Amino acid sequence: MSKRELLELLLENARYSTEDLARMTDLDETEVVSTIESLEDEGIIRGYQAVVDWNEVDEERVRASVELNVKLDRETSYNDISERLARFPEVKTLRLVSGDYDFEMVVEGESMQEVSKFISDKVAPVPEITQTVTHYVMDTYKDRGIRMSEDDDDDRLSISP
Amino acid sequence: MKISERVRKVPPSGIRRFFELAEEMDDVISLGVGEPDFSAPWGAREAAIASLERGKTSYTANRGKRELREGIAKHVDERYGLTYDPDDEIIVTTGVSEGVDVALRALVDPGDTVAVPDPSYVSYGPGITFAGADPLPVKTSDHGFKLTVEELQRAGAQHADAMLFCYPNNPTGAIMTEAELEPIAEFARENDLTVLSDEIYADLTYGREHTSIATLPGMRERTIVFNGFSKAYAMTGLRLGYAMGPPEAIEAMNRIHQYAMLSAPTTAQNAALEALESCDDDVQRMVTQYNRRRNFVLSRFEEMGIDCFEAEGAFYVFPEVPGGDAEAFAEGLLEEQQVAAVPGDVFGEDGEGHLRVSYATGLDDLKEAMRRIESYIG
Repeated sequence: MSKRELLELLLENARYSTEDLARMTDLDETEVVSTIESLEDEGIIRGYQAVVDWNEVDEERVRASVELNVKLDRETSYNDISERLARFPEVKTLRLVSGDYDFEMVVEGESMQEVSKFISDKVAPVPEITQTVTHYVMDTYKDRGIRMSEDDDDDRLSISP
Repeated sequence: MKISERVRKVPPSGIRRFFELAEEMDDVISLGVGEPDFSAPWGAREAAIASLERGKTSYTANRGKRELREGIAKHVDERYGLTYDPDDEIIVTTGVSEGVDVALRALVDPGDTVAVPDPSYVSYGPGITFAGADPLPVKTSDHGFKLTVEELQRAGAQHADAMLFCYPNNPTGAIMTEAELEPIAEFARENDLTVLSDEIYADLTYGREHTSIATLPGMRERTIVFNGFSKAYAMTGLRLGYAMGPPEAIEAMNRIHQYAMLSAPTTAQNAALEALESCDDDVQRMVTQYNRRRNFVLSRFEEMGIDCFEAEGAFYVFPEVPGGDAEAFAEGLLEEQQVAAVPGDVFGEDGEGHLRVSYATGLDDLKEAMRRIESYIG
């Protein structure tokens, strides 16, 4: 129960201090610390990251969503293929999905050229991969539940009954 | 121009003065806001937009759209076990504010007395006065800001004609459990009082389900229940509430409503219908957020050594101010630390010595406000 509650709070904002997490829940701070530690130890929490609006950063950042079709054989499973692909640091997200293609992969790089080269040199030659379709991300409006534009200025009266 | 005596009898709201003080300052964090910081659920807003696109801009039936009344009947039955007939026991009003005003004018005669817990929402006293009746404040501060038979008797409410209260409570955040409501219901039955129960914060309780006094034996026939969309669905500006009660009372209220208001805003009614149908999850998300903030604020006051009872509803806590002079404390806090909160005595004499702290504000602001309060008292 407390695990679930802390998980939700950290999903909302992983930078809440353990002190504030304790204040917001019925837990004391030592319980918060130990629960988060066990969430990490059990591999439930895999990491913490910032959600960045790259439009606000000067340097270029290219992101592509890539559809992959694969052909399995007796010796090769989805897991085997995922192991090969996930090791590349360029691959940020890799999921097995239902529908027209098998894997959905998000790749990041500094330029379109770099991303294209990565896909043609490293991904396409993998023997089980039969087809790749690359979609370059043109704009991001919302990422992991966080919107890239803020339109909710507080226009309430400062004091109201 | 001559101003009526009725109006001259009522002083301007004490909130107003604080509002003007706060407006003059920059960088104010306000804990003085009596409405959600969330926007209405997107589903409800989208339904409002769609209804405008389809040209739904005419009046509705006086009592509100039938579909909406049906939706309300189903909702209050599921949530609170209240059963009302959408045909003649429910009226949709322009906020609970209109509902309470219309009920007072329809059910109370000039010279009647209406018992009201002290402290209370700022509109009740003036509303009673505008109806020609006299408000009778009933102290609550010695009982965790809950209404008790002891204080009702002490105030002389056995001779009153009606009582009007709001639980979960604005300004204190106090709630009344079923066990606490039972003696109040008995008091109302024994002394033949009409009960006006404003339950606008009913969905905003933490760790406990709300009980409506109208569900207690013998109470349905003497109670008007008010609820609406402003707080739970964060739709304050859409101005939509409803009142439920026995047919003759709703008919009497409708008599005033049809002449004074005609019908509640149509766009808001369409939004409300969608809110009932699809926005329960949004309400739940907001309740979760409020509860976290409530815990946070209560913890911070405890760390500061400020006495604050554990408010279980609405989005207010009601701490005692060090030194006891709430007005001076609130003014100093605003001037020195730019934190606005409303002194408790604005809501009635028995609120003296307390501060209404609204946690309908994002956690970052709450954190900063608490830090500033700490350095103000430190």
